[in-house]
Amino acid sequence: MNDLLLEVEDLVVSFPTPDGVVEAVRGISFAVDSGRTLGIVGESGSGKSVAVQTTIGLTVGARVSGRALLDGKDLLTMSPAELRAVRGAKIAMIFQDPMSSLHPYYRVGWQIMEMIRTHQEIDKPAARARVVELLGLVGIPRPEERVKDYPHQFSGGMRQRAMIAMALALNPALLVADEPTTALDVTVQAQIMELIRHLQDELGISVILITHDLGIIADMAHEVMIMYAGRVMESACTRDIYYSPHHPYTAGLLNSLPQSGHEGQRLPSIAGQPPSLINPPSGCPFHPRCAFTMPRCRTASPPLRLVGTSIHRSACWLPTELTGSSVETDVRRHAASAAQGGSIPSAVEGSPIANLGKDEA
Amino acid sequence: MVSRSSSRPSSQPDALVRLEGVTKHFPVRTGRLLQRSSEVVHAVDDVTLDVVRGETVGLVGETGCGKSTLARCITRLVELTSGTVLIDGEDISRLSRRRLRPYRRRMQMIFQDPYSSLNPRRRVGSIIGDPFIIHEPKIGSDQRKERVQHLMELVGLNPEHYNRFPAEFSGGQRQRIGVARALALQPELIVADEPVSALDVSVRAQVINLLADLQEEFHLTYVFITHDLSVVRHVSDRVAVMYLGQIVEVAERDDLYNRPRHPYTKALQSAIPVPDPDEADRRTRTVLGGDVPSPVDPPSGCRFHPRCPKAQARCAEEVPVLEPRLGDSFGHTVACHFPLSDGEKLPEAPPPGVADIASLGRPGTGTRGGGQSAIPRGTS
Amino acid sequence: MNLGIGGPEAETSVGAATTIEGRSPSRLAFERLRHDRAAIGSCVVIVLIILMAVLAPVVAHLTGHGPDTQYSFGRSPAGIPVGPGRHFLLGADELGRDVLVRICYGARISLLVGVVASSLATAVGVVIGLAAGYFGRVVDTILARFMDAVLSLPYLIFAIALVSVVGNSDRLLVIIGVIAFFSFASVGRIVRGQVLSVKEKEFVEAAHALGSGDLRIMFVDILPNVLAQVIVYLTLLIPASIVFEATLSFLAIGIVPPTPSWGDMLSEALQYYQVAWWYLIFPGLALLATTLAFNLLGDSVRDAFDPRYNRLFTRKGASVLTHTVLLNTADEDSSL
Repeated sequence: MNDLLLEVEDLVVSFPTPDGVVEAVRGISFAVDSGRTLGIVGESGSGKSVAVQTTIGLTVGARVSGRALLDGKDLLTMSPAELRAVRGAKIAMIFQDPMSSLHPYYRVGWQIMEMIRTHQEIDKPAARARVVELLGLVGIPRPEERVKDYPHQFSGGMRQRAMIAMALALNPALLVADEPTTALDVTVQAQIMELIRHLQDELGISVILITHDLGIIADMAHEVMIMYAGRVMESACTRDIYYSPHHPYTAGLLNSLPQSGHEGQRLPSIAGQPPSLINPPSGCPFHPRCAFTMPRCRTASPPLRLVGTSIHRSACWLPTELTGSSVETDVRRHAASAAQGGSIPSAVEGSPIANLGKDEA
Repeated sequence: MVSRSSSRPSSQPDALVRLEGVTKHFPVRTGRLLQRSSEVVHAVDDVTLDVVRGETVGLVGETGCGKSTLARCITRLVELTSGTVLIDGEDISRLSRRRLRPYRRRMQMIFQDPYSSLNPRRRVGSIIGDPFIIHEPKIGSDQRKERVQHLMELVGLNPEHYNRFPAEFSGGQRQRIGVARALALQPELIVADEPVSALDVSVRAQVINLLADLQEEFHLTYVFITHDLSVVRHVSDRVAVMYLGQIVEVAERDDLYNRPRHPYTKALQSAIPVPDPDEADRRTRTVLGGDVPSPVDPPSGCRFHPRCPKAQARCAEEVPVLEPRLGDSFGHTVACHFPLSDGEKLPEAPPPGVADIASLGRPGTGTRGGGQSAIPRGTS
Repeated sequence: MNLGIGGPEAETSVGAATTIEGRSPSRLAFERLRHDRAAIGSCVVIVLIILMAVLAPVVAHLTGHGPDTQYSFGRSPAGIPVGPGRHFLLGADELGRDVLVRICYGARISLLVGVVASSLATAVGVVIGLAAGYFGRVVDTILARFMDAVLSLPYLIFAIALVSVVGNSDRLLVIIGVIAFFSFASVGRIVRGQVLSVKEKEFVEAAHALGSGDLRIMFVDILPNVLAQVIVYLTLLIPASIVFEATLSFLAIGIVPPTPSWGDMLSEALQYYQVAWWYLIFPGLALLATTLAFNLLGDSVRDAFDPRYNRLFTRKGASVLTHTVLLNTADEDSSL
């Protein structure tokens, strides 16, 4: 039985700005088991990065509420000094752009060494040896030479590996990867993903993988959480998300991906665009774009409730048995929505999904 | 220089665009006033390609493969170092800017970044109306406004937002504005440089559908550039794969995906993650070692040889010719000395960090690590 | 003919993603400026000074003293100027003239020279910077080196030399010209730098793809994106020009007396400050207030165009993360 490494409850993060309060995260809860990978999927404005960064204390100027328990201690109430001790040692983070976390003016080896020595009582030669070992572990060739290089002398893939090396230096229990490969070429991306998976197998670290790329998630994650407009829409194990999604947003996302066998055909797409975070829609945040909206969806925000296996949850008012991604399921969803007085939002009017319901009724 | 493309049957009469031996090199600037650098970025090297009227040709490749530069060669936004570009049989390779202007009506570009491809200080109506002001100055402003609003409707924007600024639109909407601008003068050819890569996933399908609808309505020809193999598979009739400035394979879409001949094509396909957990588990992943080398100093012979699992001595010495192999028709050409046969798999790569350090060549150089240039990799 | 292409998919009835209508980046900057207390304060001061200048004859009429008229009761029998009091609100100068009235007329000179010289410098600098940045290569080399040369001239010495050579006629025009000449190059360099970066943006490439000509690209596409920086610089250039003029007058090569100029007044006041503090303080305060007001306004304008950083006097609660968080809403271009 895996134990819970990190448990986040009812996290709310908002930023006051001159234009209004930006509600970046509006009440989410999630947990990461040790040795497992949690994938957090969302588009821009979903709040995925803000949520995780706030959890480890990296956001400034935000109003935060909720709890984030790591080993029983609440990260959100820790002092900056305590947080610094946690960061690097227990939780490590890698970002999309390695150039932004590697200082361009210092040698890579030195940067990692400094980090180690800040947290541990260890002399320079020993630290250096550890750095060389780490660089080798992440697949950087001739690490004893590359240790002396500056970040700009590394290619994109190498830099990302160096970031991973830095993240692993203190044997953290949890690795947070925020869009780690978005800026990389596909072949390099495959290498990095392979590396992370290999490290998880060898070292047993847990991973939180934040991305918008559903392909990577299918490959890497054990559990998946889908976020939209600051809320969790659906969370389940990977297979359930891909093969029996309940939430129309999840289903819509999956359907809109180009798939083999359907080349050249019209892609079913989700109408409209992601909403503003200053004035998020009332009720369910997805309702303006959802083909199955019911009157209830506009006024009341659906809670995350069980819709299948013990960990499959979805925040949607549609009946729980309507999971799956197929035309029949959509038709049944339409019927269920119509029965509740649902109508099709004008945004969706005329699109293929909206027309489904009409044929039936 | 011997042309890399083999002789072929009589040229297609329907070719809207014909590229022959297109080469573009950028000098590496040293920054000093009078000093010339001898180094050159081989962005595009000897590319030959046809685009038939009405079709969509997908151009795939990773960073540094030259696809964006090739796009700018086709639309003559840069000067060619050598080679010819023919639009409908007319040679535009050496024309001056003034002579090129009439051709601008016939070919347009859609750019990648919806945030920087629109002038943030101009209103949307003015941006879309620009082509009219430039090419049809005699049209009155009322008529121009009408046309602009019609275009906005066409791409799915609310024509009442005529006076808004780009900042007030989302990424997907901005991309639509870019499409409207490209369509204004009713071009025949549209070169789309990564049109959906910067968009949210839920919006990509909208724009892809839009482009498809417009193609059907206006009989457009597309050159669709992207690094996303799944998108290119969806939209293209034919696909050309580029690596380090050269085309390594061209084929009809289904042929390319079902029977790839070039090891790089196969590796690319294998590297793309599929949004299907069972499939992901099942697949054998060929993880290509090393990084994409720098186009300043490309490897000798076949440029892919330092990373190729099937490379042999010949690959480092002789440049392969782009031609049909293994009994394929002229519709499927590949530049490889040892092309893959149907169903042949690439050897699976060993996990990184543990194996063959020499296989991870030093980035930025063309050679393999350890100074060895053409040793076949362990297995095969 | 609405083909409905992309129609239903594109627009949301709930105006969720879009912000308020038709707000140009300039409008937005202006809104921010309106709420900036420092900016409002500076504007008030500037308006007062402008009023002072415009209404100088009114002030002269009200006090009954002309700007150049020497009054015998302005000096004590010993020749010492009379202090602020019943006759002279701000005291008199060494020749018995009314300091208040002279300050008001001096404001005219300062503002006139400051604004005209700065505007001229800016206009010339923008054109040269645009050309240098856009055309690059030979044109850029020539123009940029020329600007570098101008900037490396020791301006004060040259200004003195130029003004002396020209003589006393049309001194005002000469001063404006000299100040403009020594200021345009810094504007030009800034503009050139901006143009070099804006030139690489995709929308400029798009303009090329459309077949737009060079002039059109420079003035319709690039210039508006450079203007923000230019306006900021102009606002900061004005006080510099004012001080430049004051300096020249201080060194007695500026405005020809008896026309009042703050610099000239300060120069004379140096000899008398021990006995006539008002003669030094009041013109000095006028100069200080004007310069400070314009400088603060310039700072506020810069912040209004680029509100990424926390300022001391912002509205309550402004957050540093505004721009990283507002991913999908109005994403203003960082080239401002």
